[in-house]
Parts: sequence; structure tokens; C-alpha cells
Amino acid sequence: MPINRDFLGRTFPASDPYEISRVKIRDFADAIGDPSPVFRDVAAAQAAGYPDVIAPPTFPIVITAAAGNRAATDPELGVNYAMVVHGEQSFSYVRPLVAGDVVTTQTTITDIRDAGRNTLLTNTTEFRTLDGELVCTAHSTLVERGAI
Amino acid sequence: MPGRVSTGQIRFADVEAGAELAEVSYPVTRLSLVKYCGASGDFNPIHWNERTAKAVGLPDVIAHGMFTMAETGRFVTDWAGPQGVVLELGVRFSSMVIVPDDATGASVEVTGVVEEKLDGNRVRLALTARSNGSKVLTRSRAVVRLP
Repeated sequence: MPINRDFLGRTFPASDPYEISRVKIRDFADAIGDPSPVFRDVAAAQAAGYPDVIAPPTFPIVITAAAGNRAATDPELGVNYAMVVHGEQSFSYVRPLVAGDVVTTQTTITDIRDAGRNTLLTNTTEFRTLDGELVCTAHSTLVERGAI
Repeated sequence: MPGRVSTGQIRFADVEAGAELAEVSYPVTRLSLVKYCGASGDFNPIHWNERTAKAVGLPDVIAHGMFTMAETGRFVTDWAGPQGVVLELGVRFSSMVIVPDDATGASVEVTGVVEEKLDGNRVRLALTARSNGSKVLTRSRAVVRLP
């Protein structure tokens, strides 16, 4: 089935809260090979002006994966993941994510369009603290390759 | 500059529009991808299993696009220093990063240019990433706020 255009504009329920931990930030920094002390050492992060270690700028992808990617995996949406490649990704920050932040994510499907034989699906995810503070907004475009 | 102490922290006043950032090469091995699968929660076998990658028509195991974006993010945060704040990071994915199972693996080369100085001590960078001669990221950019 093709991607279901009825989903355009749909906002999915907010995820469960995710607590950003020092250990997970360190493991992520290790995985990308980044030795920077602000991701690993609380004193260094505080010297740089943060309350605790901060997360690298692509870290939010860990949070959306942990939240189960509810929007992306809805079977009614009709995405054929065997034919999907990641097209674009961006993150906009009010401030860095910090160890100790507890955030929920909420995703809206903001665009579904054709590009030649392909279909582009864009979703926007907001990362907010439990107090409702918007910290980060992510935009992700998937490209579903059309049948030849 | 004589008499200037390097603090490892670039300042907005010292940035020149049009300045080119020195290229950095980031190694990527099969082990890198295994660690990144665990850290990111993306266990798609095309990123660690050669049999599966080839079965779906790929030449070999490929890196997660988000891994390449993470190395580009590293390029930005290293340039921006500990007091630099990444306000935006955006990439468009292009060619794949093929990671062979050998002693050297692959590498991703990231370069950048200061595109514009903005108000509020912000700087916009244009970024490019290549692997094995092909562009793996295009039309990529970051906005950073500097002291």
C-alpha cells in the first residue's frame, strides 16, 4: 500500500518520559569517538557553564528510538521500510540537552509528497521537559523509493 | 598572534565570514558501527551484518546515516569549543559510507566554511562530508552561538 496521505498533519500522543543519563551520554560519545570532556566530566561541563554533562547534538535520536518511534511505525501509515532511506535530518536547539533532563517527545507528520517515483515523508518531533519547556525540535525526512 | 593565549575556545569576534575550517578525517570500523548500534538503539542489520547487507543489494555493510551526522556534529562542537552552543545542525544524506571488514575500515572527511555571521553572536557554517571520494552529506549546515 502507498503511504497514507490521511496522516498528513497528524500529531501522535506524547511518548513516555525519558531521563537523560550521564552514562548514556558517555556511551554515545564513545560510540562516535568523541573524547570531549563536556560530554563526560561534570566539572568540565560546569566550567563551560552547564549544570551537568551535556549531550552531543545528534543525541536526540537515542530518545526517539527509545520512545519506539510511534509515528514512524504506525501500520496504518503504510511505510514500506524495505524501500526507505533516510533523506534529511535536522535538530534545532533552545539549549543543549543536559544529563538529568527528563523529556517527552511528540511527533507530527508535517509533509507527505511525491518526488518523481519516490514519496517523501517528513515528521517533526518536539522534545520537552516535564515542565513543558521546549528544548529541541527535530525534523526527519524519509524517502520511500517507488517501484520501478 | 604574539601574546595571544589559546584557550581552546573560539570567540565570535575572532570568526571571519568565508573562513574555511580545516578538514578532519573520522575513522569508521565495523566495531564503530557495533558500538553505535548499541548506543543509538538502531540495530538494523545492514549496519553490522554483511550477509544481510548484500542480500538487500548493498555492496557491503554501511554506516548509519546518523553516524555520519554525528561525526559532522563532532566537527562542529570541536570547532565551537566547550562554550559554543549548537543551535542548529541539519544534513541531507547522499552516498553511503561502506565499511569493509578489514584492518582499516572506512573514514569520513568533514569540511566546513563559515557562511555568515548572524546577530546574537551566532555563526552559520556550511558543511560537507565525504567518504572514499563521494559526498555522503550535501547541503548541510550548522548554527552555533559563540562567546
